[in-house]
Amino acid sequence: MLPFLFNPSRPMDVEILARIQFAFTIAFHYIYPPLSIGLGVNMVIMEGLYLKTGKPIYEQMARFFTRIFALIFGIGVATGIVMEFEFGTNWATYSKYVGDVFGSALAAEGIFAFALESGFLGVLLFGWNRVSPKVHFFSTVMVTLGSMFSAIWIVVANSWQQTPAGYHVVGTGLNARAEITDFWEMVFNPSSVERMLHVWLGAFLSGAFLVISISAYYLLKKRHVEFAKKSFTIGLVVALIASYAQLFSGHEAATVVSEYQPAKLAAMEGHFDSSAKADMYLFGYIDKKNEQTHGLAIPGGLSFLTHFDFKAPVTGLKSFKPEDRPQALNIVFQSYHIMITCGMLMIALTTVGVILLRRKKLFEKRWLMMVFAWSVFLPQIANQVGWYTAETGRQPWVVYGLLRTSDALSQAVKANQVLFSLLLFMFVYLFLFTLFVFLLNRKIQHGPGFHHDNDESEGHSPHLEEMAENFG
Amino acid sequence: MYTFLGIDYASWWFLVIGATFTGYAILDGFDLGAGAIHLFLNKEESRRLALNAIGPVWDGNEVWLVIGGGALFAGFPKVYAAAFSAFYIPFMLFLTALIFRAISIEFRSKEPWTWWRNWWDVSYCVSSIVVTLTLGLTLGNILKGLPIDEQGNYQGTTLDFLNPFSLMVSITTLSLFMMHGAIYLVMKTENRLYAKLTIIVKNTTIFFVLCILLLSFYTLLYIPHLSHRIKLNPWLFFVPVAMVLVMANITRSISKRKYRFAFISSAIIISLLLIIVAVELYPNLMLSSLDPRYNLTVQNAASSPKSLGIMLTVAAIGVPLVAIYTTFVFWTFKGKVKLDEMSY
Repeated sequence: MLPFLFNPSRPMDVEILARIQFAFTIAFHYIYPPLSIGLGVNMVIMEGLYLKTGKPIYEQMARFFTRIFALIFGIGVATGIVMEFEFGTNWATYSKYVGDVFGSALAAEGIFAFALESGFLGVLLFGWNRVSPKVHFFSTVMVTLGSMFSAIWIVVANSWQQTPAGYHVVGTGLNARAEITDFWEMVFNPSSVERMLHVWLGAFLSGAFLVISISAYYLLKKRHVEFAKKSFTIGLVVALIASYAQLFSGHEAATVVSEYQPAKLAAMEGHFDSSAKADMYLFGYIDKKNEQTHGLAIPGGLSFLTHFDFKAPVTGLKSFKPEDRPQALNIVFQSYHIMITCGMLMIALTTVGVILLRRKKLFEKRWLMMVFAWSVFLPQIANQVGWYTAETGRQPWVVYGLLRTSDALSQAVKANQVLFSLLLFMFVYLFLFTLFVFLLNRKIQHGPGFHHDNDESEGHSPHLEEMAENFG
Repeated sequence: MYTFLGIDYASWWFLVIGATFTGYAILDGFDLGAGAIHLFLNKEESRRLALNAIGPVWDGNEVWLVIGGGALFAGFPKVYAAAFSAFYIPFMLFLTALIFRAISIEFRSKEPWTWWRNWWDVSYCVSSIVVTLTLGLTLGNILKGLPIDEQGNYQGTTLDFLNPFSLMVSITTLSLFMMHGAIYLVMKTENRLYAKLTIIVKNTTIFFVLCILLLSFYTLLYIPHLSHRIKLNPWLFFVPVAMVLVMANITRSISKRKYRFAFISSAIIISLLLIIVAVELYPNLMLSSLDPRYNLTVQNAASSPKSLGIMLTVAAIGVPLVAIYTTFVFWTFKGKVKLDEMSY
């Protein structure tokens, strides 16, 4: 892969490098915000139960997962600032084009969301002994709401790129730009609500499965058993609701794609011929050269999902000029199918989990605990490939139908600069990820007990007694 | 014409951005400064206390930068695009330093090993210095003017950023934040660490006074366009006068050990310096050193009045909210810093 990166003379290289850099930095960043949102929701439930019941085990839970949250949140913020800067550094033409439209969404995101979550984060992490439990709970809710609000505005901005609305184009050529005409039409553009729900649910899943996975690990190791059973149950309930809801939300999102981005939908299912019914593949691959798709399919499945008729024709890729089609057909196709597979697996797992929980047999099944311990990767993979589908399927456009990705670059930036920063980020992020995994593991190994890195200050003995009672 | 109280929307947004960056400099300024002097503290306990003095608030402070960047993207997309693609390499270093700084603060306390903590102490200090220097370098180059063409594309090289004036602005910013951060820390600490910090406060204050004197002379002699407006409007001379008086008040408060007044004074110094920047730049946002016609101004770089109107509404609703809960957070952690089991 690398040799073609080292030819700094052609402008094409800037485009490829900038795209790789964006894909890499956003994919890495996107490990963290969904975990923050999902973990936040679980923490709100745990701390809410503590307030309601007064049982110390729920406080232990809230404190333990807050420590995990702190680790995740920190990396999320640091890698998020990179994204904000990258728009300007690598995609200056794009920034000029969309600035007027995105402006209000970004302003709202900064003021209503970022400030909210980062402001209350201090109280969430350090305020346990400084504010009352109710005020602390309020802070946890605010941080979670703040992270959910951030998701709203960034998804609104991305949805506008998928299905632009509430704007008009001013100027031509390099000076062309979209100007906002109707704020609410921009916010509620045709795909934002559906995609927002889809993203939120995906985030809930990644947080819930992290809780499940850590709990399952403890159960396998027979450590902190009471704690693990209770956390597992909370995570499982959240995951069950979210995974079923995701089924409907996913269908809604796909319906919007079929209406507004037919080329993307066709790529997702490898459908070429507009006059024919469209199949729905369980798995397969696209033979791009011969414009055919091979694999195991439900005949007319896609026709049924879009038109409720197994024989209805669906717009295919042949209806689009080659330069207007997504180029990486197989990436779109495979990402989409991996996402569906992960989704189905999550539904199956949570359903089995809840049934066995009702029969009080769940925690004895070691093999199942093993599966649950690894299940943390399912929502992560689904979130990643889901975005690959959305973003690769939107190509060759950066703003669908309006601005091509190849026209969106910074004019002043050279290939070697982008290459330098790409390598820099790869190095830094690799280091960051290694540290993250190392520290996460240490936190999990340490368990929900007291945090003993502060030798100087005295531990609070009531807590130690509580721990002794709970974990004997 | 879209105006409010006789001022057009774009100029209002110029004020909003100015206020945001001022807020950022005052707030993140003290935690960046605290980072920059971190290695002057020798004992493990001192370093922990210093870190926990900024612990609950540094992340909220940094958000002002995100808001400032977003506000620039939103209100003046052409300036955002021109500046960010021009400052490519400095900004990448800035981002890397910002990442290292965030993880140094977060990760340092996670393990008790000496080598681990020493490494993150160095990383925290160096990254705080690099962040501050790159911010200063950017400001210096914006003030001096950049070779940008009529499309707003940067025509120079990366090395062009390292000119004497910008380097002086850069060092002065560092000295300012070091003083500001030292005063903040001394306010938050007691006993031995307090005693140690009082000395650091004095030294950093002297460092800042020397830097700002040199920078002022250099600017007056070699960068005349930066005193142009004050020259034409003598009543604006009250700004430098105020600055000298507030500076005098810092030294006075320090010798009387009234560090809260000293902190307020150093915050006012930061504001006054940025007011001079705004006064001298307006209506320009970026000066082109190739041709004044290519300057990006409040008028030619702004988003549509419609967009600015929406954003001003958002800011009008949101800023009081942010002010309320920022105050709440600072109030929660008021007083001298104490370590407990949730501390870094």
